[in-house]
Amino acid sequence: MGPVVEEVAGWGRHPVGRGRVERPEHLALPADGEPLVPRGLGRAYGDAALPARPGGLVLESTRADRIRSFEPATGRLHCEAGLSLAEILRVFVPRGWFPPVTPGTKFVTVGACVACDVHGKNHHRDGSFGNFVDRVTLRTADGRLVECGPDRERELFLATLGGMGLTGLIVDVTLRLRRVQSPWIVLETQGMASLDAMLEGLRLSATHWPYTVGWIDCLARGRDLGRGILMRGRHATQVEAGTRRARRAMPLRVPFDAPEWLLNPLFMRWFNRAYAWSHGTALRRRVVSYDAFFYPLDAVERWNRLYGRRGFLQYQCVLPRAAGPRPVATLLERLAVAGAASFLAVIKDCGPASDAYLSFPMEGTTLALDLPNRGAVTEALVHDLNASVIEHGGRVYLAKDAVTRGEDFARMMPRLPEWRAVRERWDPARRFRSAQSVRLFGDPA
Amino acid sequence: MVGATRGMGRALARRLAERGDALFLLGRDEAELDLSARDLEARGAPLPVGQARLDLGEPAGFAAALDAADGALSRIDALVVTGGLFARQDELAADPARLTALLQANFTGTVLLCQQAAERLAARGGGLICAFGSVAGDRARRSNYLYGASKAGLAVFLDGLDLAYRERGVRVLCVKPGFVRTAMTAGLPVPPFAGEPEAVARRVLAAMDAGGHEVYAPGVWRFVMLLIRALPRAVLRRVQF
Repeated sequence: MGPVVEEVAGWGRHPVGRGRVERPEHLALPADGEPLVPRGLGRAYGDAALPARPGGLVLESTRADRIRSFEPATGRLHCEAGLSLAEILRVFVPRGWFPPVTPGTKFVTVGACVACDVHGKNHHRDGSFGNFVDRVTLRTADGRLVECGPDRERELFLATLGGMGLTGLIVDVTLRLRRVQSPWIVLETQGMASLDAMLEGLRLSATHWPYTVGWIDCLARGRDLGRGILMRGRHATQVEAGTRRARRAMPLRVPFDAPEWLLNPLFMRWFNRAYAWSHGTALRRRVVSYDAFFYPLDAVERWNRLYGRRGFLQYQCVLPRAAGPRPVATLLERLAVAGAASFLAVIKDCGPASDAYLSFPMEGTTLALDLPNRGAVTEALVHDLNASVIEHGGRVYLAKDAVTRGEDFARMMPRLPEWRAVRERWDPARRFRSAQSVRLFGDPA
Repeated sequence: MVGATRGMGRALARRLAERGDALFLLGRDEAELDLSARDLEARGAPLPVGQARLDLGEPAGFAAALDAADGALSRIDALVVTGGLFARQDELAADPARLTALLQANFTGTVLLCQQAAERLAARGGGLICAFGSVAGDRARRSNYLYGASKAGLAVFLDGLDLAYRERGVRVLCVKPGFVRTAMTAGLPVPPFAGEPEAVARRVLAAMDAGGHEVYAPGVWRFVMLLIRALPRAVLRRVQF
């Protein structure tokens, strides 16, 4: 019963490839040495988990999801790579443990969290996911099981964090969960009238709040540029949580591809304005569920269908603090002029970069936004934005990327040669390759 | 539990573990049993989750396996059998050895094991036996009748076992999964109403607690099969069912 060839796409549904997707309960390499791309829950937006060539092998980890051990005294969790954050939350939040770092969706596997070295609303304080990883077991290209970590095979470890699964098949991971007193989040929100106010708000909140993020109306221009809502949160204490009980939310689902005219510029402009107005500039404080705070979009299954059949590109970049606020404003202006962005952009200040060679976050400001796919125009816009990011010493996030050119990525990542050298040592034949690695690193297709 | 390491059995075992049920795992592969035992312990099953070797193809070992479970749990009150074999019709038709193994595990082995367990449970006042049949056993299909026959036979057995032992306190639940996306069904064309193992597990757990003798999972398959069973034979022939 060989796997059938099926359509394979990232969360942005562009580009769309075809592959033979295997979902084994044991992560193993094919005996014949065929190249493969590892895949988790498919939440990378672009082509990171697409096969290098049509019909190529895709190894999905989601059924390799057993917990190997958990230490209740320390929160150390050893699990197979396909375990999702959603499952970790379901099992461990009632016992007072929380993922140390979480991206904006809980439908990601632990293996992918390592491979993308994901970051979250606490990056300014805690750094990225890799900071909480003690051990990664890889099935390397030569078929061996290799353990790596901060104190063992360190170069392989640093190449694997953020290495997009290209250094070996991530089989299991040991990470440290965080103790929390309740499943609830104390949330403060405040309307911000401009980009400067937003950046200042993020900066001031960073010292006292573990979680901060801003949503900005990226269609606003001129005086209003960067207008949006600042959010900051922390885990509620038992007293603050009181006797609240979580409501079981009815899962919503986008039932079919929306027509492309739905998210037209006029509609989106008014939506964004309404969103900003509805909040006002007052400071509001309330207690919300962790789902509402961390994963608002997870409440709508398959929300990616809202962008229609052609899908969308998500653009996320980080601009170094040293470059000042100007480049952020320039980027937003460019987007506003192009009228290409949609709904809301997410803005967040990042703390110091990690030692991992290809880890995305760096000290500075990151912006993330959706660009409905309109073909060549949208790609051209990304290259244009990339040029500006390169000029100021920033970079883009591979978990989101679908179109960046290899030479541009090399300009963004000063440590790329080191990563390439480690990869060359562990996988000279490029057994692990993806559509993205073909595009960015010139891997054979 | 027999079959707790994989697919629907894995999902069901996790639900049982999360509510604190004490578990003992039976199966062919000790390394697999070990991995699943640790998983279930981490998810809340009382320590330790024990294990013993049991092969549905080797009935000679059943008594020892049940003894081991009885010993470890001090007294078992339920047997859950989700384990079984599956292969495509053409593979089974072409390979008598494979067909024999499938019939042996899905029917003969499961029947012998459940019969033994029912007697044990009855002798001590009662309990629950839950085993997995299949909608494939509800009506023959030309594309799946060998596997279907093994599950049809099992369903009749479970039905009778429930009738025979209910007054001695043993309840028997026959689970009939529809098409469920697991490693077992990988590569097969996915029909409408396909289910996920987690949803099946939730439904089965509710049925284990509720007290019926049969449950379809996902639930919609009950109506699908009602319809399919009602179809005249001439129609089945015509539509190449």
